[in-house]
Amino acid sequence: MRSPLALRCFVPAAGMSLRAKTLGALALSAGLLLAILVMGAWIGDHGLSTDLEVRNLPPCPSHLFGTDWLGRDMLTRVLLGLRLSVFVGLAAASVGAVIGLVLGLAAAGFGPKMDLLVTWFVDLAMSLPHLVFQILIAFVVGGGTRGVMIAVAATHWATIARIMRAEALQLKSADYVQLSYKLGRSPWWVARRHVLPHLWPQFLVALILLFPHAISHEAALSFIGIGLTPHMPSMGILLSESLRHLSTGHWWLAVIPGAALVLVVKLFDVLAENLRRLLNPRTSQE
Amino acid sequence: MLRYLALKGLHGAVLLAGLAVLSFVLVSLSPIDPIRAYLGDAATRMSPEQKARIADRWGLNDPAPLRFSKWAGRLLVGDFGVSRIFNKPVLQVIGERFWVSLNLMVSAWLLSGLIGFGLGVLAGARRGSGLDRCIRLYAYILASTPAFWLGMVLLVVFSVKLGVAPICCASPVGVAYAEATLGEKVRHLALPALTLSIIGVANIALHTRQKLLEVLESDFALFARAQGETTWGIVRHHGLRNILLPAVTLQFASFSELFGGAVLAEQVFSYPGLGEATVLAGLRSDVPLLMGLVLFSAVFVFVGNTLADVVYRWVDPRIRLGGGT
Repeated sequence: MRSPLALRCFVPAAGMSLRAKTLGALALSAGLLLAILVMGAWIGDHGLSTDLEVRNLPPCPSHLFGTDWLGRDMLTRVLLGLRLSVFVGLAAASVGAVIGLVLGLAAAGFGPKMDLLVTWFVDLAMSLPHLVFQILIAFVVGGGTRGVMIAVAATHWATIARIMRAEALQLKSADYVQLSYKLGRSPWWVARRHVLPHLWPQFLVALILLFPHAISHEAALSFIGIGLTPHMPSMGILLSESLRHLSTGHWWLAVIPGAALVLVVKLFDVLAENLRRLLNPRTSQE
Repeated sequence: MLRYLALKGLHGAVLLAGLAVLSFVLVSLSPIDPIRAYLGDAATRMSPEQKARIADRWGLNDPAPLRFSKWAGRLLVGDFGVSRIFNKPVLQVIGERFWVSLNLMVSAWLLSGLIGFGLGVLAGARRGSGLDRCIRLYAYILASTPAFWLGMVLLVVFSVKLGVAPICCASPVGVAYAEATLGEKVRHLALPALTLSIIGVANIALHTRQKLLEVLESDFALFARAQGETTWGIVRHHGLRNILLPAVTLQFASFSELFGGAVLAEQVFSYPGLGEATVLAGLRSDVPLLMGLVLFSAVFVFVGNTLADVVYRWVDPRIRLGGGT
């Protein structure tokens, strides 16, 4: 314990078993995320009414996150913005993950031609910088919530498809699966009883690992002005609006919402990492 | 090696062709009216007959495969069309802006490589110490931080509060980029480059740390220690040459994130490079420019990945002697 402070911030409680720590971190991150989302619903939107007498206030006891140039309470705006960003991110990641799952399984299950086709499309999707691909798709679809969701899904299915394909191919060549075929089991029975139980946790973890990426990408797209419109103040919109007020010294408009976004993204990351540890039979009992 | 490069080039050409088809299909499916997109407000004052004549003249009523082959044929001879925003040929816009972005990307790339590698070596050599934990915590938080927000924080601190860095652009207001002095360019480059470099640091630091730990736990490191070598001696004589190659490879393979990050960093600092052009093309429906940038960024990423591969094969004596490819 040479540096207790640094130790404490990295390992919540030294001395616990890894399983207990994993469960603790899982509960803590899930609880915090839930609390943020519930608070967003509970706080209501009365903080959003414009009140020019209290505009441009730095953080103070009555307005913990300060107020913006119209006197709106930034705490309210951040909580509502986070809720919107999280919902759009989760929806986009889920759509992308399902596409990835279907294509990955198709590549593994429908013969070498299908495999070649899917692998080629995965290569194609990965040949562009994510953001450039997303700008192209959002441009084609016409921006908005739908544009962001399609753009994020279209750029993230490839990683999931790749993982699912590799897993399914590995399972297919496993001895017990081969044996099962020899014993006369139908492909459907094998898929249901042998392959899916192994793929399901992998898919779940890959999906949750996508959440942080999807949320940051929504923020980035909205930030550059090609995602959500200012009528839907997600985190990206909040940050892009604050950019115009930076030079006047209103630092809290940019710094606090961004920090809140980092916190939420990190919490999803912690959630996914610990879930993976718990679901992986090799590490779950340590 | 030549055979390998030829194969790689063929693979890249096929990928680019696929990308051209994909972007063509995407843009054809989009609800954007090309006449409106090109003529802007003038389109609203035109009669339907005039529009029909233009559509006919531009070949908008031709079947899609014919339109694609015309477009692809022009791409092959280097005609990417004219950008409506800049009123210049697309290739000229990309060429001019590429040099502005290249300064930014190269300095960020070097910075993130050096800082990341240094932090990784420190953390790995002092495994379990407070320093290691702090570096890991730092990389861990950095990995979830959006680059554009970090750029805004840097702006607040250095430009607004301290006033030591310019608040925007690649050159002083009213001075063209080509005419700015080197000092002015560097001053305007510092914050965007720092912002962009921070994305890569976390990845390379954690990776380097892991590789160094593997080396330090190896039998040859144990043997060196038995002969009286210090930890830093092992790192210098045995560690560096073993971990440098994976780090360099990783760094070359990060061209994709570098380009994506440049889009955001340039947006925050109004830096007139390729990233800003991409955003403008998307926002203002400049289709030829957007298509040109899509294809260009794909080439950029492909070159990075190929370099990573080539460096690996060329430098690593194990592959060079045994592989023969």
